[in-house]
This record gives sequence, structure tokens and C-alpha cells, in this order.
Amino acid sequence: MNKKRDMMISETGTQREKEIKIIGFLCNWCSYGGADTAGVCRFKQPTDLRIIRIPCTGRMDPLFVVKSLIYGADGVLVSGCHPKDCHYAVGNLYARRRMELLKRFLPFIGIDTNRFRYTWVSASEGQLWQQVVTEFSEEIHRLGPNAGLNEKMDAETALSLFNTK
Amino acid sequence: MRIGVFICKCGTNIANTVDTEAVARKALEYPDVVYATDYMYTCSEPGQEEIREAIIKNRLQGVVVAACTPHMHEPTFRRAVEKAGLNRYMFEQANIREHVSWVNKDRESNTIKAMDLVHMAVEKLRLNQPLFSSKVPINKRVLVIGGGIAGIQAAMDCSDGGLDVVMVERETTIGGKMAKLDKTFPTIDCSSCILGPKMVDISQKENISLHAYSEIESVSGYIGNFEVKIRKKATYVDWNACTGCGECTQKCPSKKTYDKFNEGLGSTTAINIPFPQAIPKRARINAESCLYLTKGKCKKCEKVCPADAIRFDMEDEIITEDVGAIVVATGYDMFDYSVYGEYGGGRYPDVITSLQYERILSASGPYGGHIVRPSDGKEPRNIVFLSCVGSRDASVGRPYCSGVCCMYIAKQAIITRDHLPDCNCYVSYMDIRSPGKNYDEFIRRAQEEYGINYIRGRVGKIYPKDDRLIVQGVDTLMGVQMDIEADLVVLATGLEASEGARELAEKLRISYDQYGWYMESHPKLRPVETNTAGVYLAGVCQGPKDIPASVAQGSAAAAKVQILFSRDTIETDPQVALVNERVCISCGKCIEVCPFGAIQWKTLRDGSQKAEVLPTVCQGCGLCNATCPPKAVQLQHCTDDQILAEVNAVCE
Repeated sequence: MNKKRDMMISETGTQREKEIKIIGFLCNWCSYGGADTAGVCRFKQPTDLRIIRIPCTGRMDPLFVVKSLIYGADGVLVSGCHPKDCHYAVGNLYARRRMELLKRFLPFIGIDTNRFRYTWVSASEGQLWQQVVTEFSEEIHRLGPNAGLNEKMDAETALSLFNTK
Repeated sequence: MRIGVFICKCGTNIANTVDTEAVARKALEYPDVVYATDYMYTCSEPGQEEIREAIIKNRLQGVVVAACTPHMHEPTFRRAVEKAGLNRYMFEQANIREHVSWVNKDRESNTIKAMDLVHMAVEKLRLNQPLFSSKVPINKRVLVIGGGIAGIQAAMDCSDGGLDVVMVERETTIGGKMAKLDKTFPTIDCSSCILGPKMVDISQKENISLHAYSEIESVSGYIGNFEVKIRKKATYVDWNACTGCGECTQKCPSKKTYDKFNEGLGSTTAINIPFPQAIPKRARINAESCLYLTKGKCKKCEKVCPADAIRFDMEDEIITEDVGAIVVATGYDMFDYSVYGEYGGGRYPDVITSLQYERILSASGPYGGHIVRPSDGKEPRNIVFLSCVGSRDASVGRPYCSGVCCMYIAKQAIITRDHLPDCNCYVSYMDIRSPGKNYDEFIRRAQEEYGINYIRGRVGKIYPKDDRLIVQGVDTLMGVQMDIEADLVVLATGLEASEGARELAEKLRISYDQYGWYMESHPKLRPVETNTAGVYLAGVCQGPKDIPASVAQGSAAAAKVQILFSRDTIETDPQVALVNERVCISCGKCIEVCPFGAIQWKTLRDGSQKAEVLPTVCQGCGLCNATCPPKAVQLQHCTDDQILAEVNAVCE
């Protein structure tokens, strides 16, 4: 799963700690703009995040999150416009319900809910974006690489997945 | 597919922290990539030329550019690939500047991240299909929200250009804050003399319909075709009959009504016309203080009205206007001076706001233009002006400079010295900010010609002593404590976002910042556009600015509307949803969720019903795509397969 990553590291020629890979699904109008604002303001962030631009968080099929985590992403971040401020009026309200439900579902397939987070960042909130990325990256580093669905889990660990907030 | 990849160095912006050459080399390993290179400035004319040449020479069918954010140059590059004969949607942009090189300095990590982003773009591009726009007609009417100077300017410029204009104003009269001012800096022009004729023009233009005392209820639709619902609030006076004679205001017995136009100095009657030059000059009954509407007895105004215009049973009315573009010019409110408890604003009658002082100076104000104290009507001998009350102070949540206070303090002090040559004026300031044509000269005149005392420092406390006020603070240039016995203290209150600005932004689907100022599309290059196509900004609603800048922005917004309306049709974005009829199970969920009503039933020849997307109505949000159980609806250019291809590229 991490072949490409290792290969790249050897190409650049140095030994370094394996990078964690986080996939970000950002709505085009608010959070993608917020990430741009953070860039324009040179707000330093960890490099683990890979952003996929979607028109609206309403476009988010919860399956994208599940598939990302199964394919081997170590964390998934979904971010959109603040509720009531959606460019398409209501998309983020649908997203909020779907993401909230997804959070409850993840433990059933043995995935730590902490690997998934959704948040609201507007196009002017570059600083907030920096904070969100930094905190979430730290959290995923703390959890370590995602073993995917193949990990054999003892009953205690499996149960603990349901106790996270 | 034959794909070409172009990595932009953006001078040193990207190249400093990303090894663009390595990224280009790596790109050649990705599937279908037959050409990859890096270039100094890909967006430049020679850079675009290189893309065009490479497309032709290598028979490319799709292009990836890794550069800045697509919000910046996606249209540029789409045009470039189109010029070389490709469909403009056979292009993807990877953002390796705002999201990579500018947010971390680790060259190695950045390079790996840039490679990943390029890989994702390539995988997405492999599934792109050529798309073609369709055309919809534009409704060439414009809505202007707000009748202050910025809105008036925008409305006049649109009207002069032959457009139909709908103007909505929250108060009973247009004119906004400028109508309350006595004079304007730096020329000491009489404010109502330069604004008045423009207000009259608005009322007399045949192609401007003015809805005063009205607010925006809801906005639907999109650029070229908005549908706006407007709430015409009940005035209890039939404005078609009312002549504005003012007979009713003479006879109204409820004389203790808050005088909003005069900023609460003095009081007014329940039925009221705000000021003599009001446009439209029509009376309104304040339902909260009207004796008949609160206690059921009086009806004096009805008896004296010669036009029989009083309607006590009037209710709010909702009307609908169809427009093609919207100019937002909703202005600002003044900072609440009571937040600074140590200044005593609201507790001491002789501590007033700058806008209240403006009303005192005005000949149409409560004291007829005589400078007197609100408490006892005496002429002041010492006046202290305090700058930055609610500006440049993070502790009250207003870290920004309001931009106009330094100038209006100088103006008010100069007028004061003109009216009362024996009155001493003191200005307590943090810094003097006077960038602008003839602005600094104006401040110098205030100091040198008019002998106004400028004291650098901060006032800590204001307290009453006998019938005067002691202003206590520090003079930081002299390094001494400052105690001034003042008769009147004017707080230069800062500007803040207009009440209800956030709610209006949500209706218009435009962004605002943490203070409620509306966000422009680009801080430098698109200062009057918003991120919602067809909605433009003018005046202080976008951020603090003075009258010349507001007028300039009003004209700029009008110019943008004229540009939009110079065509008869608008090209729609073809990145819309599409139904695969063979997969559709006719559940109707997409029809239910679509916020725009863009999906409808279609009857096939065999009588079965399937969902159908109206491409000109669809806005491309993809909500239907995420909702569709069998995934029959796919958002073109952002299909499930494409998103998962990007996911795969990261995880591979």
C-alpha cells in the first residue's frame, strides 16, 4: 500500500520518517478558498494533507470517506461553508447529517472515528484553516498509520472504538 | 489519452520550496502522460504559448498545469488549451502554490506533496469528457440594495446606461449616512448640497423603481435570472396618496418618539418624515409609539390629513422582482459607544458620538446648526475629540482601522472653530491616518491655520465635575498626564458592519469576514465582485472607506453590471449533473433534494418516468449525485469515479 511513498523517498535520496497521508474534501466556495487564504497569508501547516476540490460538501458521499480509509488514507478531513452560509443554500446541511451518521458507523467496520473529522471554514478564515489542519495532522500522527481493515483486533480494542467522542 | 503536464515555478514562489524539475520528471511515470516540463511563469504569454505548442507538437488530448490556485488562473489556462483546439474542460489544475509551497518550507515534503497533487490531477483528467456550454437569456434589470451614496451612484450609472433599476432601501428615505452629515472632508462641501440633487434624480428617473422602507425577504435564481422577494414594511400611510405636506407631523400628540435620523438627539413625533429633503418625502407612523396603534385612541393624523392617506390597517406586503444582477450597498453602522464604560457614553449627556455631533452641526439638525451641549443648551468653550473609539482595539473585537475618523475629526474641529472662534478644540489621537488626495494637507490646516490642539495619547477616563467633564489621559509626546475640563466630548466611533449584514449575506449566498464585512472575489483584482456570479459590492459593506471611494466603487459595480448586460445571453457552466436513464430507478430523491428545482420527471416512450436535469437551471452542486441510491445522476467533471480516482492516486 505504501510502495509509492517509499519509492519517492528513495528517489529524493534521504531517509526520513514515513509521512502520514490525509485526504481533505473541501468545498470550492468556502474551505478551498480558506485554504487559499491561509496560503496567501503564509500560515505554516504540516504537509500531510492532500486536498480534493468538490463543488459543495453536499456532493460528499459518505462512501468517499470509507473508501479513502479502506484504500489506505490515514485520515480524512471534510470541510465546507458554515451552516446557513452554503453557496448552494442547503448542501452543507445535508452533509452535516450524513457526516454525523458516518461518524457513528465507522466503528462498526473497525475504523477509529478519530481518523475522520468534518469542520466548517469560510473563505476568509485562513487562520482557522491553519489551526484545523495542524490539529488534525497532530491527531493522525498520534494515531499512527492506518492499518486498514486487515488489522486483527482484540475485543477490547474493538469495543474501545465505540467509546471515543 | 495523451496528457501533457506543466509545472509552474511561479518565479521563486513555487521553485524555492518545491523541486519542480523532479515533479516534472516524476509526472512522466504517471499513466497516459507523454509530455512533462517545468516553466518559469506558465501563466505568462510565452508560458501559454508553450502549452499551445506542446499540445500541437505532442498531439496532447488533455493538459495538467500545476501552479497557483485554480481560483486564480483556471480560466486563463482553459482559454490557452482551447486556443490549441482542445475542449476547455480537458484541463485540470493542481494547486502547488497556496496549498504547498506557501504553507511549508520543507522542500522534500513539499516536493512529494506536489507529486501527489499532480498525480491526482492526472488521474482525474483521464476520466474527463469534453463539455459544451449552453446559452440562457439575461434579464437586463438590476437590483440595488441600499440607498446610500454608493447605492445611489450605482443606480444612477446603471440608469444612465439605459438599464431598469430596482432600488431597495431599509429606511423611509434614501441618502444613507451621508444625508446625516453636515459637511464633507477635505473640501468642506455641504453634504446635503451635493447629495440632494442625486437623491432627487433617483426619484425622477423613469427607469428606477424605488422601494423605500423595504427589505430583502429572499433571493433565488442565479446570474442573469434572479428572483427577489421584497418585504414592503407597513408604513400605515398610503404613499400613493401622501404628498409629504407634513400636516400630520404638526398635530401628532405622541412627541416622545426616538429620533433615528438625528441619532437620538431630541425626539420626534410618531408620524414622521425624517428630514425636509427626504426622498421619497412620505410620512410613516412608528407603530411602537403611535397612540392609536398602541392604545386604540387618537387618530389625529387621520383627521388632519388633507389627502386621506392614513391607513391604520396596513400590513407588510411581499412583492417579487425579477432581475439579472444585484448590487449590494448596505453600508455600515456606528460602533456602540457604551462599550467603553470609562468614557461614559450613554451615561453623560455631553459625551456624544461623532455622528450625533454631525447632526448638531447640521442646519437641519435638532439645534438648527447652533453648536450647543445636549444637556443644557449652552455653547461649549472646550471640546475634546477622542479618536479610535472602536477602531484599532482588539480588546473590543475591532482591530481594524475605520479609515475615516482622523479626517472627520479634523473636519468637525475646523467647522467648530468656524462657528465658535473662541471654542478650544482638543484632539486626543493614537496616530493620524490621512492617506488620500489633499488629506494630509487638510490635517495640517486644522493644526496650523485653525489652531486645533492635537495631543498624542490615550484617554483613560472621563468623569463629571460640576457641570463639566474632566477628560483624563496621557500625553505621550510630552510624557505628562493630561487633564482637560471639557464642556463637550465627541467620541470618534468607528465603523462596523450594518445590522443584519450577515443575514442578508446568507440570503445572497455571499461570504463575509469575522466582522461582517462582505468578501470581495479578490482583494486586489476583483474588488467589487463576489464569489456569487452576478452579485456585486459597493461602498462600506465591503469594508471601511470614505465617500470618494464609495462613489468610485458604486460606479465600478455599475460598470460590471453593464459589462454583464452588454450581451443578450450568458454561457452556462456545463459542469452540471446528468442522469443515466438506464440506471435511474425513478425514486425521485434527486428531485426532492435539488435546491434549485433543476430536476424534473421525464416520460419515456414506454411510459416509464425517469429523472431529467435541466442543464441551464442546474448549478452543479452535486447534491443529487450524493443522494442518488444507484448513482444514476452523476455530476459531470466531478463524477464518483473521478473523485475515487483522486483518492486512489493518494493511497496507491
